Amino acid sequence: MSGPMLSVENLGKSFRGLRAVNAVEFQVPRGDIVALIGPNGAGKTTTFNLIAGAFPPSDGRVTLDGADITGLDQARICRAGIGRTFQIVKPFAGLTVEENVMVGALRHDGGDVEKARKAANDILDLLELGDKALQPAQTLTLPDRKRLEVAKALATRPKLLLLDEVMAGLRPVECDRMVAILTGLNKEHGLTILLIEHVMRAVMALSDHVVVLHHGEKIAEGTPAEVTSHPKVLECYLGEDHG
Amino acid sequence: MTAANLLSDRRAILLLGLLAALAAAPLAAGDYALSILITVLLQAYLGMAWNVMMGFAGQFSLGHALYVGLGAYAGGALFAHFGTPPLVGALAGMVVSAVAGSIIGTLGFRFKVMGVYFALLTIAFAEFTRVLFDHWNWVGASSGLFLPVSHSVNDDFWNLRGSATMFYYVILGMAAAAFLFSRALLGRRIGYYWQAIREDQDAADALGIDVFRAKMVAVIISASMTSLGGLFIAFYNNNLYPESIFSMHRSIELMLGTIIGGIGTLFGPILGAVALTALGEALTVIGAHIGIDGVKQIAYGVCLMVILAFRPGGLWPWLRHRLRLDGGRR
Repeated sequence: MSGPMLSVENLGKSFRGLRAVNAVEFQVPRGDIVALIGPNGAGKTTTFNLIAGAFPPSDGRVTLDGADITGLDQARICRAGIGRTFQIVKPFAGLTVEENVMVGALRHDGGDVEKARKAANDILDLLELGDKALQPAQTLTLPDRKRLEVAKALATRPKLLLLDEVMAGLRPVECDRMVAILTGLNKEHGLTILLIEHVMRAVMALSDHVVVLHHGEKIAEGTPAEVTSHPKVLECYLGEDHG
Repeated sequence: MTAANLLSDRRAILLLGLLAALAAAPLAAGDYALSILITVLLQAYLGMAWNVMMGFAGQFSLGHALYVGLGAYAGGALFAHFGTPPLVGALAGMVVSAVAGSIIGTLGFRFKVMGVYFALLTIAFAEFTRVLFDHWNWVGASSGLFLPVSHSVNDDFWNLRGSATMFYYVILGMAAAAFLFSRALLGRRIGYYWQAIREDQDAADALGIDVFRAKMVAVIISASMTSLGGLFIAFYNNNLYPESIFSMHRSIELMLGTIIGGIGTLFGPILGAVALTALGEALTVIGAHIGIDGVKQIAYGVCLMVILAFRPGGLWPWLRHRLRLDGGRR
């Protein structure tokens, strides 16, 4: 297959009367990092949830690596190759960090627990959580929980990683570390990434391509430089008289 | 590494010591002590069965008396009517309980009936099954089912007819097997899946786990295990009444030990069974001395409240820490 990793066509979602997402179209090329940005309430997380299968779209089509995954449930979409993180982190609090990641890895290698443990530890090392493997997940600090969230998703061996605001709440230094980790995953492991992000410094550093949503519609897309100088984008972020 | 080994050695020694003591117990114990030990082991066994569903997979069943009753009646009625050996009856009871569990599970999990509402569903099934058995003449309806008693002095293991000592070893074997089985389950993929679902079902789902299937497996295993406990009760007591075997009281009693001992732990159900039975017996003796009716029930309730208020995770996690046995996982 040589087409895009992810293709979103005419995606729409209505919650009763409210049109949360309308006719959104974009593609995530294989091996790229694409960012989805926009002001609060722009429909970013809804778009994410539609792709990840948290709920089905009202209309439109989502294809992953050429396969139609529109309307599949969360678990099936994960098995199809999309790993996601949650904006509000969801660690398995009572389990150790290692066990948290093992859960995602167990679907592979015929459910062999020791292989899953090994895979989990490799991923934890990658995310600089290796020394905390045996701690209960509930003892982790927020930056570590964010990284655990990425580790869990990675353990499912995704073709495409969806990251929902993994930088939020991180201090600049921690944010830069996360950027370095994600860049590494992308460059060294060829992982395709779609991320929602508010932290512009991360968006600028990471993305090959940026898609801007506003009021549930796509208003612009392009390279980070193109998008940040796009008049419509400036308007929605700064108001009309930005001069 | 060596510390972990030492730790697991200490645990293994403790376990083997406990098992040896229990195996030798009938040599020293009188009739009364033996009956108490049987009560403890039965409570521990049923607690472990319930723990698979609630402790491991986080699915709250408040109607486990259903499976006790189905297992008891399946084995008991087949034996009373056709002389079917209990091993065959056990299989029948497990199948019936697994089917009942699947029906409850399908209704609950498909239609997203969760938490307390799921618990209400399990109570409803136990209750209407009780009413059904109350009116089913083939199993004696409300006047009860009685198992034929053997007049031989020898223990007949294959028909479960014999002395208290034989029943003691049967339930000891069942409890030991349930412990090893629970331990094996927790260490396997399904065990990790259950714990993930227990901690956060949505996150588990997002990791590609077939949540419905995993929960169904938990219900079916738990129900089947529980039905074997029911079979034991039928053959040990020789009589069965829907009023008592399917009662709400039994459902509560069955999970109490595990709650006190530590939900989701391997030792919790065992420790809880010991603590509860010891407490109950001690209070009976004290109550008889004081001569006031109901003292036992009140004291029992107070003790439970104190334990739950100060050790909400159960006694075992606390004791494990005190004994310095908590270096590794559960």
